[in-house]
Amino acid sequence: MEGGSEPLTGGKNMDAEWINEKWREHTKNKKVSSRLVWSTQLAILIACIVLWELAGRLRWVDVLIFSYPSKIGRQIVNDALNGELWPHLAMTVGETVVGFLLGTLVGTLLAVLIWWSPFLSKVLDPYMVVFNSMPKVALGPIFIVLFGAGFTAIVITTLSITVIVTTLVVFNSFNEVDRNYIKVIRTFGGNRRDIFLKAIFPASFPTIVSTLKVNVGMAWVGVIVGEFLVAKIGLGYLIVYGFQVFNFTLVLSSLVIIAIVATAMYQLVVYIERKLIRER
Amino acid sequence: MEPLDDPNDSNDPNDPNDPNELNEASKLYKTAIEADIKPVVELKNVDLVYVTDREVLLALTGMNLNVHSGELVSLVGPSGCGKTTLLSLIAGLMFPSRGEVLVHSHKVNGPSPEVGYMLQQDYLFPWRTILSNATLGLELTKRLNNDSREMVIELLEGMGLGNTTELYPHQLSGGMRQRVALVRTLATNPDLLLLDEPFSALDYQTKLQLEDLVVDTLRQRGKTGILVTHDLSEAIAVSDRVIVLAAKPGKVRTIYDIPDNIRLAQPFYAREESGFNELFHEIWRDLETLDGRGE
Repeated sequence: MEGGSEPLTGGKNMDAEWINEKWREHTKNKKVSSRLVWSTQLAILIACIVLWELAGRLRWVDVLIFSYPSKIGRQIVNDALNGELWPHLAMTVGETVVGFLLGTLVGTLLAVLIWWSPFLSKVLDPYMVVFNSMPKVALGPIFIVLFGAGFTAIVITTLSITVIVTTLVVFNSFNEVDRNYIKVIRTFGGNRRDIFLKAIFPASFPTIVSTLKVNVGMAWVGVIVGEFLVAKIGLGYLIVYGFQVFNFTLVLSSLVIIAIVATAMYQLVVYIERKLIRER
Repeated sequence: MEPLDDPNDSNDPNDPNDPNELNEASKLYKTAIEADIKPVVELKNVDLVYVTDREVLLALTGMNLNVHSGELVSLVGPSGCGKTTLLSLIAGLMFPSRGEVLVHSHKVNGPSPEVGYMLQQDYLFPWRTILSNATLGLELTKRLNNDSREMVIELLEGMGLGNTTELYPHQLSGGMRQRVALVRTLATNPDLLLLDEPFSALDYQTKLQLEDLVVDTLRQRGKTGILVTHDLSEAIAVSDRVIVLAAKPGKVRTIYDIPDNIRLAQPFYAREESGFNELFHEIWRDLETLDGRGE
């Protein structure tokens, strides 16, 4: 949404008051409608929380399984205050950030490699199709045996989910770059390296940044599943632990924290994306 | 492209393929060859075959063509006559299956800075500023320094683009962008320019202005040019010779020398010169018989 109180073109050369009035009316309508959306969203959230709280306190549902918001809130505040939450949170966030950055990087590099060598691209094609089709988390136990029960195995599980998809998406965007940009480079005598660095890569850069956005979500899947399998620390571990001791308040409070942190991370990537490709 | 007048309106009783006229034209062409020691571009018996999974296609056959220094030659013809292919051969983006393509008497073995290429659309890189788009060729040929950058800024200023250097392509109009593309092509100082329908994506007014600009620029700098176009009146207005190509497979059909009064006039006024309409109708009929023959 544009800020400011004067229309972009109208203010300068059209001084008729009624034209400016039109614009103010438009802005006002827009503000009203966005406020309506926002307040409805808030109302739904509050209604859900209140209903859940009532359902829990009035024993409409089994509190042992469903808990209720004030109990979850207390759990989170206590864990945060006595410091038990932070190592888990730090570990999970660390694994996720490393997983999605590395996944995007490795996936992009692999895409560059197969773009560079059409032969390699043809050779690898069936392997990539098979690997892309299978549920990668099924490889989790193998990664644990190979890399030990810890950070490395979890990051590798995350990579197995993100890398091939990134490669396919980025490679596809390399191939969709208008041939005429390549022709421009070639007419000046540019080689394959010039074509890549001056045309293909900058043209595909927005796609690469947007795979970062997709990979945030997928990295969370990889990390949580990885932690389910092996970890002694992390939010995924807290969920499994809470489940084993039948403390569903702990499970749900971990879920709430994951929801908040994952959204924050996603918004951060969206913000970075906007910064990086603003001038286009 | 539609003719400006209905060709049937012409009351020229002469046969379009009057043998005397053609002989005269080819005689003029021959003296030009003899007078000029080394043409800038020479095509000798060029054949080009496209091979795909499904078919083998003879795109060009027995192509012989000389373009002399300082000349501006237009290529016209039905689609599939290999106009763009011909430019790609001269630019070194493609190689003939048989025969030879020579630029400055050297066999073409790849793109060279002596040859500039201008495409149908500007194809400015949207992530680069106007200045850095215009200096792309210098950058790629490793000749970008303060002096050459200054030279490009002057070129931009000369084309009325002086205050756009820090803007991005999407902030400019189509005509301005094509002018930037012209500067980009001229920046590496090629002496042969290949123009692949550079005006076809522009509105009529902008197109006329740009024709004048391009022709003036080529003449002033003594450049040689080869223009591919769909617009017959443009071909006649801007060039010294118009070459009609036949399609499937592409080959030279007729070469028309443009009379001095038309070719020396600015393109905008050339269209009003005497003889312009007659020539237009003559070439038009030539093209029409070509269309009749094609499948």
